[in-house]
Amino acid sequence: MSASTRTIKVDYLARVEGEGSLLVKIQGDRVVDVKLKIFEPPRFFEAFLRGRHFREAPDITARICGICPVAYQMSSVHAMEDALGVKVDGPLRELRRLLYCGEWIESHALHIYMLHAPDFLGYEDAIRLAKDHPTIVQRGLELKKAGNQIVTLVGGREIHPINVRVGGFYRVPTKKELAPLAEKLKRARDQALETVRWTAGFSFPAFEQDYEFVALHHPNEYPFNEGTLVSSKGLNIGIRQYEERFEEEHVAHSNALHSILRGDGAYFVGPMARYKLNFERLSRLAKETAREVGLERECRNPFRSVIVRSVETLYACEEALRIIDAYEPPDAPAIEALPRAGTGCGCTEAPRGILYHRYKLDADGTILEAKIVPPTSQNQKRIEQDLRHFVQENVTLGKDDMTWKCEQAIRNYDPCISCATHFLKLELERT
Amino acid sequence: MAKRPRVAVFKFASCDGCQLSLLDCEDELLAVCEAVEIAYFPEASRVYGKGPYDVSLVEGSITTPHDAKRIHKVREQSKLLITIGACATAGGIQALRNFRDVKEFMAAVYASPEYIETLATSTAIADHVKVDFELRGCPINKYQLVEVISALLRGRKPNVPTYSVCMECKRRGTVCVMVARGEACLGPVTQAGCEALCPSYTRACFGCYGPKETPNTASLSSRFATLGVASVDMVRLYRTFNANAGPFRKESEAHER
Repeated sequence: MSASTRTIKVDYLARVEGEGSLLVKIQGDRVVDVKLKIFEPPRFFEAFLRGRHFREAPDITARICGICPVAYQMSSVHAMEDALGVKVDGPLRELRRLLYCGEWIESHALHIYMLHAPDFLGYEDAIRLAKDHPTIVQRGLELKKAGNQIVTLVGGREIHPINVRVGGFYRVPTKKELAPLAEKLKRARDQALETVRWTAGFSFPAFEQDYEFVALHHPNEYPFNEGTLVSSKGLNIGIRQYEERFEEEHVAHSNALHSILRGDGAYFVGPMARYKLNFERLSRLAKETAREVGLERECRNPFRSVIVRSVETLYACEEALRIIDAYEPPDAPAIEALPRAGTGCGCTEAPRGILYHRYKLDADGTILEAKIVPPTSQNQKRIEQDLRHFVQENVTLGKDDMTWKCEQAIRNYDPCISCATHFLKLELERT
Repeated sequence: MAKRPRVAVFKFASCDGCQLSLLDCEDELLAVCEAVEIAYFPEASRVYGKGPYDVSLVEGSITTPHDAKRIHKVREQSKLLITIGACATAGGIQALRNFRDVKEFMAAVYASPEYIETLATSTAIADHVKVDFELRGCPINKYQLVEVISALLRGRKPNVPTYSVCMECKRRGTVCVMVARGEACLGPVTQAGCEALCPSYTRACFGCYGPKETPNTASLSSRFATLGVASVDMVRLYRTFNANAGPFRKESEAHER
C-alpha cells in the first residue's frame, strides 16, 4: 500500500437495525468511492405475498421490521382500502393516528437515546452512557416506554401488534382504558421537551448539504397516514403517481434496492424532510420549542436530525394527548371491507420516512402483485452522497476518528437495514 | 464480586424485533446490564467484545451460504446458545420460500438476481447446530426472555410452559372465539407465551408461538372444515411465521393436495 492510499472499512455497522457495512476509498486527498453495502439476507416479502389474502397483509408485512411494524401495518391497510374502495374516518382514523404516535415516540426515543446520542457524547453505547449519566438514560427509557404503552394498548403488543386490520381494528379501547395513558403522556411530554433542549446542546460538525426533501403533506395535520407527496423542489403528486416519479435501481453491492427520483436522483425522507415541509402543522409547543433552541426552519445539517427527531417526539406526545382527550369510541371496531378486483396504493410516514405499498388484488381478494418501498431504500443513495462529501471535507481525520464519524453520519438517517433488504461495516481504502 | 456472565446477541435473517425485545425491557434493562456483561450486541453497541461467551442469544434463520458457516462459529464461541423467536426456532416467515421456487422469488423482487446470494430454504438454527434452549414467538415475550436469562444465571431450568394458548385463555377468562363466534382459531395447537393476546382482542389466534407439544392439527382442521374454512385458507392459516415447524408444515401440506 502506498503512503497516499487509505481504505476505511467498517465491517459491521453498529447501532443500526440490520446488517450492513461501509467501504470508503481515498486516493491522496480525494474520495474516489463510497459504497454502503447491505448484506442483510433477502427475505422476498414481495414474492411470497402473492397468493396471500388481502386481510393477511398487515400481519405479514409487519414482520419486515420489528422497529416500525405499525408503519408496515398502516401502509398496507391504506393500500388495501384504496383498492377496495373503503374509507376509514372518524374515531377509527384518530385511533390509527394515536397508534402511529406511539410508534414514533418509541422508535424516536430508541434512536435518540440508545443509538444516536452516545456518538455525540463520546460513548460506545447507551449502557456505558448510563454509567456516567443514569438519569438521562432513565429518562430516555421512560419516554420510550410511554410510546410502547400506546402501541400496547391500541395494538395489543409493542412489537408486531395484533389489533390492526383492513377497515379498522379487532377491538377498540374504551374511554376509560385510554385515560391512564394520558397521565403517562403528560410526563412523557415534559421528558420530550427536556430531550429537545438536551439534544440541542450537543456539538455538531459543520456540515450542510443541498437536499431534496420528500414527505407527505396534509392541509390540516402533521402527516402520518394521509396526504400528497411533496418535495422541497416542487414535487406535488398523489400517492397513486408515486411510481411514475420514483424508481428503484438494483446495484451489485447491496441487497437493498436504491430508490431515486426520476430525473433528480437522490432524495431525503424522514424527520428532517417532514419538519421542513410541514413545520406549520406542528403543535404550538413543538414550534415554540424548536425556535427556543435555535433549530432553523429548514435544517440541512443531517447531524442535527437528532434535534428534529426530538421535536417530533414532543409533537407526537401532544398529538396523542389531543386524541385521547377528544376520543369517543366508534360504533363498530371496523368498517367492512369486501373483496373485489383492483389495485391500491398506500404511503405513510414511518418514523424514518415514507413507506410506499402497492397491491393488485383479484376478485376473491387474493394478492396478485405486491410492491413495497421502505424508507431506508429511499435514503440509501443520499447516505452514500453525504458520506462522500463528509469524508472529503474531513479527509485529514485519523482512521479511528473517521470511522466513528462515518458511522455517526450513517446513523443520522436512523437507517433500518432489515427493512431495506428486502447494514454496516466500514471499509476505508486510501490509495 | 464474581465475574459477570458474558452475553452476546447475534442476528441472522430476521426483522430485529426479538433482539429489540431486550431493549424494550425499559424497566429491567439497566438491571440486566448490571447482572451480565453485554459483550457483543451490534444493534446497541459499537464495542465488539471477542468470544467465548457464556450465553449467546441468536435471532434469525439461516438463508445464505455465508450464514450457514457463520452459525458454526457462533456455536464454537458459546457455552450456551439460546435461539430467540420464530425465525431462529422455525425459519420464520421467510421459510415460505421452502414451499416455492426461490429463483422465481429472486426474479420477482430483484432486477439483477445474479447479485443475490441465497439458499433455497430458510431453516431453524437447530437444523445446523446444537441449541440449548429455544424461546418461541413472533415476536418473543420479553418477560419470558428475562425469565430465561435469570434462570440461566441461577443454573435452573427456565419456566416456559409448552401447553397451548387455550390454557392461557381459560386462565384469563376470555370467551372462546371459536365456540362463541365461529372463528378459525389456532389456539388449541399453538404454544402459550403471548398470554392469549388475540382472543382477548376478540381475534382468533394465528399461531405466532408455533406448534405446542403434541398438537392435534388434523382434528382442529376437521373442526375448521365444519366452520366452512376452505382448503386454501387452511393452508394460509398454518403457513405463516412458523410455516416450517414440523406439525404446521405437515398440516399445511395435507390441505394443499
